[in-house]
Amino acid sequence: MNASIQIEKLSKKYINTDVFAVDNIDLTIKSGEIFGILGPNGAGKTTLISMLCGLIKPTSGNIKIAGKPLKTNKKITQQIIGVVPQEYALYPMLTAFENLVYFGAMYGLKGKDLKLKINNALSELGLSKFKNQKVKTFSGGMKRRVNLIAGILHNPAILYLDEPTVGVDVQSKNVIINHLKELNKRETTIIYTSHHMVEAQNFCDRVAIIDSGRIIALDSPSKLIENTKDAKRLEDVYLNLTGENLRDNV
Amino acid sequence: MYKLWIATYKEFLLLKRDFGGLIILFIMPLVLVITVTLIQDSSFKEINEAKIPILFIDYDNGEVSQSITENLQKSNTFEIVTKIKGKKIVEKTASDLVLKGKYQLAIIIPENLSINLNAKVNQNVTKILGEFGLDEENEGEAVLQKIKQQEIKLFFDPATQLSFKNGIKNAIDKMVSKIETQSIYTAFQKELETEESLFEAKNFIKFTEVFTENRQKIIRPNSVQHNVPAWSLFAIFFIIIPLSINIVKEKNQGTFVRLQTNPVSNLTILSSKIIVYLLVCMLQFIMMLLVGKFIFPLIGLESLIINGSYFLLFIVALFVGLAAIGFGVLLGTIASSPEQSAPFGATSVVVLAAIGGVWIPVFAMPKFMQIIAKISPMNWGLNGFYDVILRDAKFVDILPEISLLGLFFIVLLTISIYIDKLKNAI
Repeated sequence: MNASIQIEKLSKKYINTDVFAVDNIDLTIKSGEIFGILGPNGAGKTTLISMLCGLIKPTSGNIKIAGKPLKTNKKITQQIIGVVPQEYALYPMLTAFENLVYFGAMYGLKGKDLKLKINNALSELGLSKFKNQKVKTFSGGMKRRVNLIAGILHNPAILYLDEPTVGVDVQSKNVIINHLKELNKRETTIIYTSHHMVEAQNFCDRVAIIDSGRIIALDSPSKLIENTKDAKRLEDVYLNLTGENLRDNV
Repeated sequence: MYKLWIATYKEFLLLKRDFGGLIILFIMPLVLVITVTLIQDSSFKEINEAKIPILFIDYDNGEVSQSITENLQKSNTFEIVTKIKGKKIVEKTASDLVLKGKYQLAIIIPENLSINLNAKVNQNVTKILGEFGLDEENEGEAVLQKIKQQEIKLFFDPATQLSFKNGIKNAIDKMVSKIETQSIYTAFQKELETEESLFEAKNFIKFTEVFTENRQKIIRPNSVQHNVPAWSLFAIFFIIIPLSINIVKEKNQGTFVRLQTNPVSNLTILSSKIIVYLLVCMLQFIMMLLVGKFIFPLIGLESLIINGSYFLLFIVALFVGLAAIGFGVLLGTIASSPEQSAPFGATSVVVLAAIGGVWIPVFAMPKFMQIIAKISPMNWGLNGFYDVILRDAKFVDILPEISLLGLFFIVLLTISIYIDKLKNAI
């Protein structure tokens, strides 16, 4: 399946602001690619992902998902994409299983097929024995894993992940990344934002470093390191491009 | 349909596990309806059982003060206190005690009230008879004497409610009028030198309440018939709080954003909430009816009598529920935290109840508030309930009220969807 994304001259300016959160971005993400969107706080990563998911409308520009304009094919696109938001986005008073039945059903999954998919995913992510516990009792890492399952139950062709490993322990992070690699082997295109440079370097086929809404570097992590003077890691490239000043925005 | 079913089941689970919300929805209204009805219905009975002590200072010691004392005792409402610690109370002490709130009322009968009243009455009678040429000897005397107007002083505790004050004033005024009338008759009797009693204590004019009839049914309203629908309405509208919190939480915990990316319409999500909360409204209503019908008689109250059709009653309840849900959805859409939606929801329900005539009847409100009441959904609901319960209304009779409630729901829901779209289009 064609699971590519084409972005043409995409811009977003929020109401009552003078600056563009996303400024005239052109980008093509190939089908089956693991693509990382990196950048400091307020760089425009979440805005870009939100526009790709159809959550917010662009000020200008076009997005094509699987060759079709998102603007006119939102419903079809929603069937083929999976979204794992930065927040846990789960009902704390429901069990992990109940949460997953609900979100799976919203993709039209039902019956035995849904239950099988939930049980398999819970097992793969080490949550089987907690499936009937309320999510509010879960640790951050467990919630992140349930959050991930809720976005992939319907086997999406394109998966958007907004900082999927933030605030979790190393073990949970490994399980999540390994699972994502498995999904990618099954042809899922992965678009992912993160602040973990080591993780991005090892995980992504290509990364775009964005700052002030613009793409300032776009290539594979190894090529970016190779092309940057004195850089040994992706983090060196990142700091070289974005600087070391704090980016605290109010 | 399958998505709607699952979404509805999810809403049901969330509500079932919200213990605080369930108490607000089911226990509080029951406590409210039982407490308020008990207080309103048996307020006079309780007064009779526990008499109100009042200070009575009698400087007159005549037939007028004696008559007032007898009437106050006969009323069975008051306990007359004339002495404290064996000492006769004086005006200053009475005033101080009432001001401090130890007693709600003090009555001071002035000195020589009986003598002066009799003298005044005699003077008037003599004058009238003189005009008719029946009492020529005393004609000049009646013109010469000037009797000062007498004053019975009443001291009220500043915290006493106006309705109680007015009630007492009217009762004493009635007593004094009766005594004055009796004195006039007695004076005439004396002047005309007749043995036959001219005064008949029994009132000539009496009041009889004739109950209205509708389709051969005599309608006798009681406090239960007023309280059950009024507080049911109040309870149904309290659904605004858990519903708005539910929507706000959904936004804050990110599930709402996730659902926006899922192939499911907002209408399905909203419909699931409407179904669950509408069911809750109906359950609340059934519970209130059952309490009115079966629990009230067990605690000494009258049983709820519904003169009209139960089906129409449920139709009104359904539309009241929809109106409340519309308001809850709008509040949940606008508010950004439960701390905003909960107090605003609670306050607005109380305000809507006050405007709608749940606390005070609309006809007793100032003109301006009466106009406001007419645009209050609680007023439409209350009238709908009264139409069915007290007036044995037909569907046509409740149509204006349910149409307004339905329209209110649609308008508020449309505004919510519009606001939501605006927020997403940032």
